[in-house]
Amino acid sequence: MDENTIIINGNRLTVQPDETILETARRNGIDIPTLCHLKGAIPTGACRICVVEVEKARSLMPACTTPSQPGMVVHTESPEVVVSRRMSLELLLASGNHNCAVRKSDTGSFTAFQLEVQKYDNTDDLCPVWGDCELQDLAYRYQVSGEAFESTAPRYPMETVNPFIVRDFSRCVLCGRCVQACNDIQVNNAISFGYRGSDAKIVAGGDRALKDSDCVFCGECIQACPVGALVEKDSRYVWRPWEARKIRTTCSYCGVGCQLTLHVRDNRVIRVTGTEDSPPNNGSLCVKGRFGYSFIHSPERLTSPQIKENGKFREASWDEALDLVARRFTEIRDAHGGDAMGVLTSARVTNEDNYLANKFTRAVLKTNNIDHCARL
Amino acid sequence: MTNTIADIEEADVILVTGSNTTENHPVISSVVKRAVTRRGAKLIVVDPRRIKLVDFADKWLRQNLGTDVAWLNGLMHVIIKEDLHDKSFVENRTEGFEELKAMVEKFTPEYVSEITGIPAKDIVEAARLYAGARAASILYCMGITQHVTGTDNVKCLASLAMLCGNLGNRGGGVNPLRGQNNVQGACDMGGLPNVFSGYQPVNDPGAISKMEKAWGVSGLSDKPGLTVTQMLPKAHTGEFKSMYIIGENPLVSDADLNHAEECFSHLDFLVVQDIFMTETAKMADVVLPSCCFAEKDGTFANTERRVQRVRKAVEPPGEVWEDWRITAEIATRMGFDMGYANAAAVFDEITRVTPSYGGITWDRIEKEGLHWPCPAADHPGTPILHTEAFPIGKGKFFPIDFLPPAETTDDEYPLYMTTGRVLYHYHTGSMTRKTDGLNERAPESFVEMSRADADKYGLADGDRVKVASRRGEIEVLLSVSDKAVDGTVFIPFHYAEAAANRLTNSALDPVSKIPELKVCAVRISKAA
Repeated sequence: MDENTIIINGNRLTVQPDETILETARRNGIDIPTLCHLKGAIPTGACRICVVEVEKARSLMPACTTPSQPGMVVHTESPEVVVSRRMSLELLLASGNHNCAVRKSDTGSFTAFQLEVQKYDNTDDLCPVWGDCELQDLAYRYQVSGEAFESTAPRYPMETVNPFIVRDFSRCVLCGRCVQACNDIQVNNAISFGYRGSDAKIVAGGDRALKDSDCVFCGECIQACPVGALVEKDSRYVWRPWEARKIRTTCSYCGVGCQLTLHVRDNRVIRVTGTEDSPPNNGSLCVKGRFGYSFIHSPERLTSPQIKENGKFREASWDEALDLVARRFTEIRDAHGGDAMGVLTSARVTNEDNYLANKFTRAVLKTNNIDHCARL
Repeated sequence: MTNTIADIEEADVILVTGSNTTENHPVISSVVKRAVTRRGAKLIVVDPRRIKLVDFADKWLRQNLGTDVAWLNGLMHVIIKEDLHDKSFVENRTEGFEELKAMVEKFTPEYVSEITGIPAKDIVEAARLYAGARAASILYCMGITQHVTGTDNVKCLASLAMLCGNLGNRGGGVNPLRGQNNVQGACDMGGLPNVFSGYQPVNDPGAISKMEKAWGVSGLSDKPGLTVTQMLPKAHTGEFKSMYIIGENPLVSDADLNHAEECFSHLDFLVVQDIFMTETAKMADVVLPSCCFAEKDGTFANTERRVQRVRKAVEPPGEVWEDWRITAEIATRMGFDMGYANAAAVFDEITRVTPSYGGITWDRIEKEGLHWPCPAADHPGTPILHTEAFPIGKGKFFPIDFLPPAETTDDEYPLYMTTGRVLYHYHTGSMTRKTDGLNERAPESFVEMSRADADKYGLADGDRVKVASRRGEIEVLLSVSDKAVDGTVFIPFHYAEAAANRLTNSALDPVSKIPELKVCAVRISKAA
């Protein structure tokens, strides 16, 4: 046998140094489901969803933390693996308010459980991330309804006292991805695991509200959360994946140039997420990029040209405003020369906008008096 | 940036100066913090405030405001004296080493300590740390440039990097963090008084005839134009008659605002193009409404020179146009036809006349942006600059002596003041202050002061105070903070109603014409 290979599901695969079974599999297009695994962070092996059967091993092994060792024979979907995953999923679904359509319904109406959760949530809607939940996807995939065990009542109340993030502990599966996002990826070190055993909770500082902690509201934890435990306050129950168009663009705040996805419905941006797997930010954003989009639809936006008369602005048509500007610019240029005029172009607008401002200044006004606020 | 953002994670030592990275470039700060916590990189922070990044630093050097040339010369003094510099890089890639060596001779750690307030021992240790790295990255921001010696400060940073062979290598470089989404692109596109797009000088006859031919025009001026900081005084004297301002709000961001306002009021005709009725727009004769980033197609160039797509996601409100279309329409109505079908057609023209963008197409950057220079369709872009040579051949060491800031404290104005941004707001606040949540986190302006200074002046956290400089006065809340160091206060400049720039000094760097926004002298008293 080749010294540098392992066999996964009958496929002989070359192993790279320091690679886990999960990495070897994914690199070769073999899907092993994960839940607590967060790309770019240090694997914890906490959720047991990624367990695989390794021949000659005494028990199932988590693929995300087990190194690929030459000679291994691995089965990723063996009956034993599937039984284990189904059990893990049953336990996870029973651990909180996971009221989505994976539940069986009795006689076409919602089950008592779902009604109870809706009461808790104070809504007649399903879970806020229904349709965008990794736990739900896994439950479908393994046909688990979450009814094998009695549901656990929520242990900690929902936290809604900050402007950006709703922390719904009733849906938290304690996978730890938010903790990794905060500590390993953004390195803000604001949240961690607190308490023990069945009291376990993700806490900020000494179990404070996020607003009173070191949290800087970058929202990396929301993007990392596989379930509905961490959701943007503004888009909670507003955004559903099948209703929103996604448009990738570049953030308009600082110069990092983060790639972000605008989620649009009815001509409104209703949510912003970082674009995964794409430089320079690989999904990360800051509080401004993720939450500071209200200005787009602000009622204070200018919506028509304005001309000042006797010290007051009045609305004008584009034709009137542009003719006035063109006439006055021409008069001033012809009377005083282009060097009596100047253009401030903008570090906020596009290259295309800036290039034409540069061309206009030099070719039409006939001056090089153009600058922008790079200096300020 | 000479290097890329991802490349920072390759550094062994990261020197951050004049950048409050966690608040101004949070995503880059995460790269720095990961390098420290996960790869064991050493972080040196040189900053007058005890910023968040100091928590991650091996060394925090706290310099007096406006003394950057001194500590930089001090580092170079130690490095040369202890023979820690990269001799082969200095020999093969640079010139002027002897002149530099002669200049930094007098900048002994003790002499530097007197000027900067940094203990001599820390100068020595920081120098050894930086010089000892396989690759060391320098990150800087406006805390370096917004000084009367801003150009000198940057030249010293470049000298330090060259001295240790930290240019053209992975994990090295001299990396300015750009504060605005497309400040790099605005410069690239000729939004500067002395160059056409791609930094082609306006007084180069070759460049002029090239642009005249491309634009179908004659008689382009070969006289470099004025910077924004030079235009305003000319408006005041009446030499300057008219301005066309696109997406800028100088009446909050300029130094010495009271004077700037007066200058604007002398203009015969002011046109402002913006998405909001900003403080500047209110002074205009005509205001033209434009699209925001979510309403248009185009490109931005980020701080690492990466040209990336901007895509239209929503229709603009009311009768709002893209900025380029408004400008083109004014030109056309002035008898110069600028009919472009769309932004893509403008980009095509950009790539034809701008060598560094020559090989970039919207198709090529559909999924991932390219770093300029990218001169040809098959060129992969240039993530790291100066790998083989500098544009001028050899890198030049500039010997630079220390000069004090333009304004220093005295009995009447006994405190130093510096300015900057906070995490939750952006520049003049015209965008971020429209988001309730951001306002909830950072509702109003404040002056950040050390506990000892607060005690000295009989002030308490939360007091309303008057802050006055020789140029103006504002009223803000007092915030007693561990970030502040005795003798120096900080005020964010976002808040028009208590604009920090009513206080700042408009003294300019003689080369870059950047005002010394980071240093002025103030006095503080309890508001009545």
